[in-house]
Amino acid sequence: MMRMLVAFAAAALLGCASGQAARPAAPAPVKSDTAGPPPGLGGVSAPNADPFPSTYTPFASRPTAIQNATIFTAAGPRLERATILLQDGKVAAIGTDISVPADAVLIDGTSKYVTPGLIDTHSHLGVYPAPGTEANSDGNEATSPSTPQVWAEHSVWPQDPQFPRNLAGGVTTLQALPGSANLFGGRSVVLKVVPSRTVQGMKFPGAKYGLKMACGENPKRVYGGRSSAPSTRMGNVAGYRAEWIRAEQYRRSWDRWLATRTGTAPARDLGLETLAEALRGNILVQMHCYRADEMAVMLDVAREFGYRIRSFHHAVEAYKVADLLARDSVSASIWADWGGFKMEALDGVRANLALVDQAGARAVLHSDDPSGSQRLTQEAAKGLAAGRAIGLQLAEEDAIRWVTINPAWALGLDDRIGSLEVGKNADVVLWSGDPFSVYTRSEKVWVDGALLYDRGDPASNWRTDFEQGYVPQPGASR
Amino acid sequence: MSRLRLAVPILLLATAPITAVAQTIAITGGKVFPVTGPPLDGGTVLIRDGRIVAVGADVAIPAGATRIDATGKWVTPGLVDVNTELGLVEVGYGSGANEATAEGQDAIAASFQAWVALDASSVLIPPAREGGVTTVAVWPAGGLIAGQGALLDLLDGSLDDMLLAAPAAMVGQLSSNQDAGVGARGELFGRLRDLLENARDYGRRKADYDRGQMRPVPYRREDLEALLPVVSGKLPLVLAADRAADIEAALELAKVLDIRIVIAGGAEAWQVADKLAAARVPVLTGAMNNIPQSFNSLGSRQENAALLRKAGVTVALIGNGGGGEEVFNVRNLRYEAGNAVAYGMSWDEALRAVTRAPAEIFGVANRVGALAPGLEGNVVVWSGDPFEFATSAEYVLVRGREYPAASRQDLLIQRYRTLPPRHPAP
Repeated sequence: MMRMLVAFAAAALLGCASGQAARPAAPAPVKSDTAGPPPGLGGVSAPNADPFPSTYTPFASRPTAIQNATIFTAAGPRLERATILLQDGKVAAIGTDISVPADAVLIDGTSKYVTPGLIDTHSHLGVYPAPGTEANSDGNEATSPSTPQVWAEHSVWPQDPQFPRNLAGGVTTLQALPGSANLFGGRSVVLKVVPSRTVQGMKFPGAKYGLKMACGENPKRVYGGRSSAPSTRMGNVAGYRAEWIRAEQYRRSWDRWLATRTGTAPARDLGLETLAEALRGNILVQMHCYRADEMAVMLDVAREFGYRIRSFHHAVEAYKVADLLARDSVSASIWADWGGFKMEALDGVRANLALVDQAGARAVLHSDDPSGSQRLTQEAAKGLAAGRAIGLQLAEEDAIRWVTINPAWALGLDDRIGSLEVGKNADVVLWSGDPFSVYTRSEKVWVDGALLYDRGDPASNWRTDFEQGYVPQPGASR
Repeated sequence: MSRLRLAVPILLLATAPITAVAQTIAITGGKVFPVTGPPLDGGTVLIRDGRIVAVGADVAIPAGATRIDATGKWVTPGLVDVNTELGLVEVGYGSGANEATAEGQDAIAASFQAWVALDASSVLIPPAREGGVTTVAVWPAGGLIAGQGALLDLLDGSLDDMLLAAPAAMVGQLSSNQDAGVGARGELFGRLRDLLENARDYGRRKADYDRGQMRPVPYRREDLEALLPVVSGKLPLVLAADRAADIEAALELAKVLDIRIVIAGGAEAWQVADKLAAARVPVLTGAMNNIPQSFNSLGSRQENAALLRKAGVTVALIGNGGGGEEVFNVRNLRYEAGNAVAYGMSWDEALRAVTRAPAEIFGVANRVGALAPGLEGNVVVWSGDPFEFATSAEYVLVRGREYPAASRQDLLIQRYRTLPPRHPAP
């Protein structure tokens, strides 16, 4: 199952969007058009359109102070015996000498650790939910090598029991991606890991979308196996370029029309619209790519068409081209130590994260796995140990960035989440000990200042609809 | 152990490792975990000619012995991972380098001996050793009956040298109707029972079978032959099963047929822990699974291993979470143990579950899985707590021979340690 995900589903797209996700700019129906009335909202290919807007609102919270804890802020050295105050959904204060309001909930953090909420850039939660049934397997629209018109959020099942498990593992934000069967797999969606009846209720307000693209073996295997294109790596690259050519033409014709909103509007095309948004920089390209040489080719394709790749996903050979990634400001979303399960994963090494980090590129620890996602700090600990074993000077403060501020950047959200600084969202995890120890477990998790997971109070914790009656209650004998 | 393992790998490779041949090695000063007895602070492990000859606080060290100073280190038996495909699968997909699954007949491949033609030079063996794993089981995969697996030590040598037990078990599964070629679980159990009963009949009436005086038997003779030690109770049948109902049905089948079984996976085993304990059926399971991944594993939880132990079930911890833990990441077995501790198992029990318990389950506890006189010199000296990520295996000895870290992955890191790489790279 895991291997299936890796081999097939795991390609990611990250992306999300630039915060001001703008309500779909209503097509100002000003000038009349000789060809007829102006198109309605659905007829316009508008930048930053948001037809499925987030309805998330923070859960009820009380001012909360975690005191006397070791705090990894992901924005500097750890703070010892420090206090963090969460108020009105934000980090209100952090340090060793801060005043706490009289009505604040006080939590003793003695001998405990605090980190930002963890962020996973590569998840298939909701689109490949548990149980893994064919009926709910909605992650790969493997009917054409180019499906930029599909949106992962339309596959997300909010009742996936993997969500609460991720939250319990300290993950507060994740990017749910289409799989990697296709060259262009579709749009990703950035979700807050919170209970909701609807996917809209989980969507991170203002986050940019991602565009999932995939290199290498998966697209050529899926389509080559059907005797259709692509069946080779060169076929893959020809496929990307052909689509970008169409997308560039589409972007130009729409931008021209949007500038004046006169004359006949071009025909709207959902797929090209997504690609055009990537060309405009409004959607972040998340590129599944294992091999170093393929990453270098994709950097050139991006240059040819004038878009940026935000993150290479899996990138098991990122350590071979970490200098190129640093040069082009591309992050690498990678596993600590997966590899070897197919030819393009053959050269995986456990020092990948550390080597990428040392080369000055942004190293991101991603999971692509509902189980690994629950243990991101354990995975980061492996990468940290591997880096130190080869003599790299790495601190836990470096490793915490791999699971917090660096993935926040890869999602375009580093101004809101990923570090504990005054004014940022109060996504916070309290750990029983050093998060890089195998024995440590999360104790409490706050999202926007609201306590949404409490290991000490199992009855209060989120259980999905599916779990009711199917999954034993905590403490049940069977 | 200031051995800078990767920083100077060329030097390392050139350094003659401590060899075992006609040699005495004394590991001194460490915190020693014999598993068969209480931990010893400042204990000595003495190895001669590849075998442990003494373990204790007051062991006389012969003159001329090679000494390994383990002061401040932790010393354990080499770990035993009884869920691998090492040497069978080099690359899982798209490479042709996968020898774990036999064709068989009608999803039955009992005569398939997976270790035959096993690649003893697999590049995945050194990383496993770097994770302190010195003994593994290699199992076949697929079908209803996948075939026979073996236990072997991870030494550089011929397959014959490596093998500890072959066959060590017959392997089958109760989790997938599709793999078993049936439509329903009841049909699967019926087929398994029929197969085993036919094997028993065959064993009793071989002469009749040869004369064609038995009713037609719908199984290959070689498969029936291979199943004889299973139906006689000599060879355990490892059955992958997750659902509590499937485990209970397996227990019933084992009782009726009077065979020895081992449950592998066992996601919901904790729900029937008392029955497993009463039947003395061991369970191979992991400690990182808590996802209701299918309708067979709705009760999956990380406390599984601890709850089973609490009920008295023999438990061996295996990596079965994902990420190539059968081959590429056999090295991660120790983290399974650490997570088991985080979810309720005692530390000593967790160490036992990756050393002596699996050795006992597969009948090789007189060879490996503990630090005791007479056992193979499979010993690991760790920089600290072996279950912690910050800890490394500083010395790994298999049958008294030290294996320095020198994997293909280490060579790749060396090549790309600085960018751009020099070409031709070293």
